[in-house]
Amino acid sequence: MSAVPPLILLQDVTKVYSLGQVEVTALAGVSLEVNSGELVAIMGPSGSGKSTLMNILGCLDQPTSGRYLLEGTDVGRLSDDELALIRNRKIGFVFQSFNLLPRLRAVEQVELPMIYAGIPRPVRRRRAVELLELVGLGDRLDHRPTQLSGGQQQRVAIARALANNPSLILADEPTGNLDSRSSAEILAVLQRLNRERGVTVIIVTHEADIAHHTRRIVQMRDGLIVRDEPNLNPVDAETALGKKTA
Amino acid sequence: MTKYLDLFLTALQALSVNRLRTFLTVLGIVIGVGSVIAMVSVGRGANEQITARIQNIGTNLLFIGPGQVQQGGLALGFGSAQTLTYDDAVALNSEPELLSMITAAVPFNQTFRQVVGNGTNWNTRVIGTTPDYWWVRNYQLAAGEFFNQQQFDAASAVAILGADVADQLFPESDPIGQNIRIGQATFRVIGVFARKGAGALGNEDDVVVIPLTTFFRSITRQVAARGGSPTVNTIIVQVAERDRMQDAIEAIGAILRQRHRVSQDDFIIRSQEDMLALANQITGIFTLLLGSIAGISLVVGGIGIMNIMLVSVTERTREIGIRKAVGARRREILYQFLTEAVVVSVTGGLLGILLGFGLSRLISTFEINGQRIPTLVSPDAILLAVGVSAIIGLFFGIYPAARAARLNPIEALRYE
Repeated sequence: MSAVPPLILLQDVTKVYSLGQVEVTALAGVSLEVNSGELVAIMGPSGSGKSTLMNILGCLDQPTSGRYLLEGTDVGRLSDDELALIRNRKIGFVFQSFNLLPRLRAVEQVELPMIYAGIPRPVRRRRAVELLELVGLGDRLDHRPTQLSGGQQQRVAIARALANNPSLILADEPTGNLDSRSSAEILAVLQRLNRERGVTVIIVTHEADIAHHTRRIVQMRDGLIVRDEPNLNPVDAETALGKKTA
Repeated sequence: MTKYLDLFLTALQALSVNRLRTFLTVLGIVIGVGSVIAMVSVGRGANEQITARIQNIGTNLLFIGPGQVQQGGLALGFGSAQTLTYDDAVALNSEPELLSMITAAVPFNQTFRQVVGNGTNWNTRVIGTTPDYWWVRNYQLAAGEFFNQQQFDAASAVAILGADVADQLFPESDPIGQNIRIGQATFRVIGVFARKGAGALGNEDDVVVIPLTTFFRSITRQVAARGGSPTVNTIIVQVAERDRMQDAIEAIGAILRQRHRVSQDDFIIRSQEDMLALANQITGIFTLLLGSIAGISLVVGGIGIMNIMLVSVTERTREIGIRKAVGARRREILYQFLTEAVVVSVTGGLLGILLGFGLSRLISTFEINGQRIPTLVSPDAILLAVGVSAIIGLFFGIYPAARAARLNPIEALRYE
């Protein structure tokens, strides 16, 4: 083991939901290590447990048994509010349905996590503008979600995910609601963040096409990891985009 | 700190998005607070007026009246006895121990008579009393003078007119020196009272005051009772200092019991304080009644807040989920929603104060029997109403806010 602990260390994690009398095992014992700077896809059909795994990785939910160390901290025993703090500082979410607040302008969406981090308004505003420029929305700062296309909304969501400089970005079917061109744009942004800024990105998807944009593919089935191998020839979304436009 | 300011602004923003809904919720509280303040102001106004009228009678007064008598096991009501005499008053005025506590004991009799003067006639209250009556009863003389001891002793046919009587009989001319007739007797007017205003003992400007001696001789032609002394309706005693009231009551009781040689009191002594206490009790119940009716609307307004907050929490489940996902803690969600409830109720409370003042002023323009309804907006009613509205905001806001704060972020995000 290296001196620096892995970003994510899951040891034999299970998750059991009890629906009345019936118990449903969503995760049957998952062990996983992800290092800082990786670009990983978690793949599997629906019901494979990938969403549950994503919730646990995102500290939205806690494992029934097993250990989850995030940057060396055991998050399995933390209280609600301590988990909120970790989500705020260390994790950025990108959801399939964007999950923007309906009435806020783009800058205010990006400022939201910084409000809860207690960052003063002027600093917040400056950083939000920077991040929106980074995802190519420098000219859409004051637009509300209804005035933006799906791809643009998802880019606002990515900027929001980056707000507090997280160690990890979790993208749950980030292209699920987008057409292929917008999908490629989103993937290009995620790849660029990973390549240029060294942000660790985990993409949860059921589409092999999407998964092939990453450098490591983790396959899940029935609550277990069935395959975990590097992808030596990741598709570059930017060139694909270039080809399409050409 | 900057965080809570931002969350406060967030709450304001949420309220401004749902303008109509916010307005209606605030309206509920405004009406509640406004009606509490207005209703209590009516009660307080009545109280104030009655208190002023009782105090208008004079200061530190005791009223001694005849008590009840037993006749063969049959108890007649208070005032049925003809037991209080002029000599009782004389005795009270000559007892050294009592005299150290009181300024005067003034007996009086009264009766309603037709008074004729200057070619017109007027039915009024004729009071026969002693020379101390006017100042004990807080009268001022507008013109002339009150009768003196010589005129009293001589049973002179002189009269002092109340302001209303003077206006009725002598609207154009100076009444001083004129003659008036009461029954068969003729009186010379030697004084006119300044207007005193309404008092607890009826209209005190609609009176004619004459010496008690003259009253006995010319008005009632009273046959002397017990020991040759004529009876009187009431003896008013003015006590020198407020804190000697109780001592004076006991001393008077002892003297009268001794003089009347009775075991069971055949007189009753009421103090002005008793009248005030009774009046306060009545108006207090009145105020409480009005206030609680209005208070119901305040509670209804509070339930309105809870209702709106619950709807708002349900409607914004997804928003709460998003906020939690990006790192909002429970207390931050709680704070945001509680702020909304409190802002609504405090705004409602403040506007309610304005409405309360307005309503109270409006009510005071109405008249009953030619008299304006008195109202008095008291600071404690304002404090109460606004305090209650703030508490209602907290109380009815806490449940929905706590529900919002406890939401599981995963389920909240999945909520459609």
